[in-house]
Amino acid sequence: MSQLEFEKPILELEAKISELRHVSSDSEVNIGDEIKRMQDKANRLLQQAYTKLTPAQKVQVARHQERPHMKDYLELLIGDFEPLAGDRNFAEDNALIGGIGRFKGRACVIMGHEKGNDTETRLHHNFGMARPEGYRKAQRLMKMASQFQLPVLTFVDTAGAYPGMGAEERGQSEAIAKSIEQCLRTDVPIISTIVGEGGSGGAIAIAVADKVYMLEHSIYSVISPEGCASILWRSGDYSEEAATALKLTAQDLYQMKLIDGIISEPMGGAHRHREETVKNVGQQVEAALKALTPWDGQQLIKARREKYIACGRNL
Amino acid sequence: MNWLTDYIRPRIRSIVGDQKEVPDNLWTKCPSCEGMLFHRDLKDNLNVCYHCNHHLRITVKERLGYMFDEGKYETVPLPKVPFDPLKFKDRKKYADRLKDSQSKTGLKDAITVAKGTIGGQKAVIAAFNFSFMGGSMGAAVGEGIVLAAEQAVKDKAALICIPSSGGARMQEGMLSLIQMPRSIIAVEMVKDAKLPYIVLLTDPTTGGVSASFAMVGDIHLAEPGSTIGFAGRRVIEETVRETLPDDFQTAEYLLEHGMVDQVVNRKDLRDIIGRMLSMLMDPENKNVKKKANGKAAA
Ligand SMILES: [Zn+2]
Repeated sequence: MSQLEFEKPILELEAKISELRHVSSDSEVNIGDEIKRMQDKANRLLQQAYTKLTPAQKVQVARHQERPHMKDYLELLIGDFEPLAGDRNFAEDNALIGGIGRFKGRACVIMGHEKGNDTETRLHHNFGMARPEGYRKAQRLMKMASQFQLPVLTFVDTAGAYPGMGAEERGQSEAIAKSIEQCLRTDVPIISTIVGEGGSGGAIAIAVADKVYMLEHSIYSVISPEGCASILWRSGDYSEEAATALKLTAQDLYQMKLIDGIISEPMGGAHRHREETVKNVGQQVEAALKALTPWDGQQLIKARREKYIACGRNL
Repeated sequence: MNWLTDYIRPRIRSIVGDQKEVPDNLWTKCPSCEGMLFHRDLKDNLNVCYHCNHHLRITVKERLGYMFDEGKYETVPLPKVPFDPLKFKDRKKYADRLKDSQSKTGLKDAITVAKGTIGGQKAVIAAFNFSFMGGSMGAAVGEGIVLAAEQAVKDKAALICIPSSGGARMQEGMLSLIQMPRSIIAVEMVKDAKLPYIVLLTDPTTGGVSASFAMVGDIHLAEPGSTIGFAGRRVIEETVRETLPDDFQTAEYLLEHGMVDQVVNRKDLRDIIGRMLSMLMDPENKNVKKKANGKAAA
């Protein structure tokens, strides 16, 4: 999955360019013009592809393994980060990580899904699929945020809550439901950003917020296109059609007023410009936090409820 | 229930052979034990198999009849919601699926809201109809739960939700997922008003429905044998290749794991809920508080 199918011609061209660069630095032959011509073409192709990504292509981009992950947001946006572990009942869940840290100087509670980026870390983080303990830790951190009046920043990137026997045994449904309930009860600003994949209940469990943003090529859906295709089309071959039908892109969801804004990604997607993407997210979150400060906790809760109750009415 | 229906009928059928699955509408086969059930006896037994206590799925009309005192209630009309907002089409148009379900069930969507009394206590019920697109939760169902909560607050009544649902209605995309927080906000309104919120989990309660309003009740009851869980059994088996216990995700399993207060036979539901409400809503509860405050002031 490190290579996206639709990017293949671009990637091939880019490979040729770097090969040529290598040659040109080794020899005396001047092929600078040729390189420039090819680079222009690559940029043009990239622009063409990325200005009209299909929903199915966005699904691929949103899942790209080079895309900035929770750990990148922590590293680049949060100072003095202190991770906090455990749900105080059963276990720590590395799929949903969190803690306290300073965002642009202000102390905040930060949490989000981490998928990992190689075999070892992916296993460690369970591919970003949280168990009940993850959602119970999220509740614990939100209560703490309320106790000390720290804003809550969440970063969503999960294929969904983990479907396992232990997870069911320990009440996955209850953990997600209570996490949503806690989001609704927390009397400090909550700002949520869908940075990659917003997979169903496992995503919305920490994304019921005063402001919900999505990165330009992220997705947010009630079910994966593959799952939807296998149920409704009775064949996984229809996942492209399902991706389109589900209206899971940031653009569709903004139009339906289900999210509050779209954060643009540099040309060619977040996986090509990790730092710039994280910076863009930081700017949007900062602006949102500024607009929500100072806050009246009860007023926040009331407005949050009203916002969600209004969702989907008058479409 | 008599010896003929219990014993002879299946025997005769086994002798003469199964030419016809069910001879006529008078007989039903229990989906669990495959015993033959005579329609009148089945009805008298609240659609519970009198061989094996399997609780059959029932219509909303039957459900409301069983729940409210003397089977008497008043339905609350559902608000209008956008029809097929995504213009969703898989192998079939969602618009057609909706219309089919509406004509098949005579209902507008998978939820019905009704008010009445249970054991003399005021109650509003939001009940799901599984035969309407698998009881799936879209905007109409979400609005139904909000409506039920508002009605309960207005009437100072208890709210009782009775899910029977496979989960979110994927043909409404994110509009269905957003019903998870919306339904929980509805419950919050009831809790703010200090009114009881009881969930009766029936077969099945899974996915986005179990992970929202269905798991935040003051009290959780479940009908015997109901399937209740987040992820589907097959999905779990495919993901983890674990052998799952036979009673996995049953009402009894949830009771054992602390997610349900009681597993209750259908015939006992009205009495038990009525008794619970009479205690939770006892006017004396408030008086006690007043007296205590009075003392403190004096
Ligand atoms: Zn039976």
